[in-house]
Amino acid sequence: MNLPDSNKSRITIHIKPKKGLQLINLRELKQYKDLLYFLIARDIKVKYKQTVLGGLWAVIQPFFMMVVFTLFFGKLAKIPSDGIPYPIFNYTAMIAWTYFAQAVSQSGNSIVGSGSLITKVYFPRIIIPLTPVVAGLLDFSIAFMVLLCMMLYFHIYPTIMVLMLPVLIVLMMLIASGTGMILAALNAKYRDIRYTIPFLMQFWMFATPIVYPASLVPEKYRMIYALNPMTGVIEGFRSALLGTVTFPTEMVLMSAAISLALFLSGLIYFKQVERHFADVI
Amino acid sequence: MSSEEIMSEPIIQVNNLSKQYHIGARERINRTFREAFVDALTSPVRNFRQLRNLTKFENAENEVQGTELKDSSALCPSIAVPMPSSPGDTIWALKDVSFEVQPGEVIGIIGRNGAGKSTLLKILSRITEPTSGEVMLHGRVASLLEVGTGFHPELTGRENIYLNGTILGMQKTEIDRKFDEIVAFSEIEKFLDTPVKRYSSGMYVRLAFAVAAHLEPEILLVDEVLAVGDAAFQKKCLGKMGDVAKEGRTVLFVSHNMAAILNLCHKAIVLEGGRVSFSGDIHEAIDHYLFKFRKDNLFLSQPGRKHIQPRTFIQDFEILPNPPRTGHPLDFIFHVHDTSNGNECSLIDLAVSIKTQHGVPLFQLYSQHMGRHFALTKRLEKIFTHIESLPLAPGRYVVNLWMGRGKEVIDFIPDAMVLNVESGALNRVDYVESTGYPVVMSSKWKQQVS
Repeated sequence: MNLPDSNKSRITIHIKPKKGLQLINLRELKQYKDLLYFLIARDIKVKYKQTVLGGLWAVIQPFFMMVVFTLFFGKLAKIPSDGIPYPIFNYTAMIAWTYFAQAVSQSGNSIVGSGSLITKVYFPRIIIPLTPVVAGLLDFSIAFMVLLCMMLYFHIYPTIMVLMLPVLIVLMMLIASGTGMILAALNAKYRDIRYTIPFLMQFWMFATPIVYPASLVPEKYRMIYALNPMTGVIEGFRSALLGTVTFPTEMVLMSAAISLALFLSGLIYFKQVERHFADVI
Repeated sequence: MSSEEIMSEPIIQVNNLSKQYHIGARERINRTFREAFVDALTSPVRNFRQLRNLTKFENAENEVQGTELKDSSALCPSIAVPMPSSPGDTIWALKDVSFEVQPGEVIGIIGRNGAGKSTLLKILSRITEPTSGEVMLHGRVASLLEVGTGFHPELTGRENIYLNGTILGMQKTEIDRKFDEIVAFSEIEKFLDTPVKRYSSGMYVRLAFAVAAHLEPEILLVDEVLAVGDAAFQKKCLGKMGDVAKEGRTVLFVSHNMAAILNLCHKAIVLEGGRVSFSGDIHEAIDHYLFKFRKDNLFLSQPGRKHIQPRTFIQDFEILPNPPRTGHPLDFIFHVHDTSNGNECSLIDLAVSIKTQHGVPLFQLYSQHMGRHFALTKRLEKIFTHIESLPLAPGRYVVNLWMGRGKEVIDFIPDAMVLNVESGALNRVDYVESTGYPVVMSSKWKQQVS
């Protein structure tokens, strides 16, 4: 046999009905890392094809939401903003939230949307819901540039805790992918999820300190409030970048614990049901 | 057959593989407004139960085994689709399928629509998991159930080569290495950086197949994918598949194209109602498939059949004598079923078309050419056509049957049977051997005397 790049160790694939807990096969995932890369590249390249404004859309969404919120919550309702101008207070949270909401909703719809792939070819299904979580980071970075400009304009400078920013971003990705995997897996079988996601994201936004500061929540309830893992992330963002409050270490730790739990349960649930995807899509 | 000759471990082992599917739930029909209203209110609970049960099969297993017993005792495999279990909700797309494949074998999988061919490939490709049974695959597997899986219309040809290649299981470095070859094979060099949505469908298919053709797995699973593209490209694809087979890779090949199967495969597995009904030599398998089904009138559900009128069709077809011999007389007999009392088809024409086993058309016996048309007056008409001397060298030929009125098709059955022509004499004395030319004719020879 003349096989150019067959690994000399014979691969044996054993197919049988799966029972019990399915664990993620990291070795296989590594083999398919190029696929993850090209799917992410596809998502990014295709996203703003045939649009006039292109990448500007990444800024327009959070920016105009910020304008609306500034008018209604900042000016009319006079919601406090931890002593900094409301627009930048809100925009900082808004870019993180826009990333999160889009990642979750695209991830949640990804399995159903990739029906033609899933029923025709095998690859680790987990790649599908993870793709939008990574691809969304580009939009996030574009929107982040605008935040930097705003910071210059308002003369607000980051604190030393800005070093925590990568950690916060990773947490945000963990929450998005955990939620995304659960929703995607449920969505394959129960298409109600598609209609639930927009609601969920709206409720979740108001349960997160986006338009108001966490300091508005009474001290004694604050740790319960922090059970929403996005609370720690958003407060952390504002504290690190704008120096609004001292870094909310407890909230971020709580967020980290919950994100990890969410990610793992998403992973486990997804692995349990992925074997039925091709049959129910 | 040859498993004793090849003294190696099987590369594919399939043991008692079964796959059960839920067929779509039946729609409820509401007759009154009140019923419809109540139905709408209670439907969430019902829907939830139904959806939840989509992936559950435990209860159905026993019931189905009951029906399976009944139908095997009847010894009549005349069901087109595997029997639904009594609740009418599940079917066995595959039932207790077992076989082994040796390294380097090229195996065809034949069967009518719904026989379980695609389900088998889907399980082997790990797209769906079996309900019971197991499979061992010793080697890298690539499956090609569709050309162009994952192609994105907005991306360029170049980008799609990489995307599609990695989806099919290649690494980026592997694609880099084969990139030029893929582009050359696809013949789209000029349009490499054009989005594929601007491609003609032919270009699209060529590019898609070019990527797939450069997969280098130890086991290749191919579903009916050669049915796309123009004839020239199909030929090129078949050639490439042949190369793959010659390189010693193991190929499982599903096709309705008997010529392609005969060309590529040495052995075949015939599936029928989710079970293996024959496994072995390719010629025997095709005979089994075509003849057995013909005997059971099942060739009537031959894939590719164009059967227009429900009450008028070709019910059976036979040849006399069987096997036919070179240079000998041969009768073809159509059994035409007609319950329309002649309403639907006033005067019909019939045709027998003979092709080589590679699908090359050879000749046709067509009633219209002889100025004959037939009126159908009985429920079952037998119509004969006779040739004095069969002009075919010994070998295998494929027969298409056609019934129509003028240019209009009433019933068309491609690959309805295989003619197994045996050696005979054109001049009553000398037996004709095959010289590679399929058509032979009686001829008069003389030498000019000067």
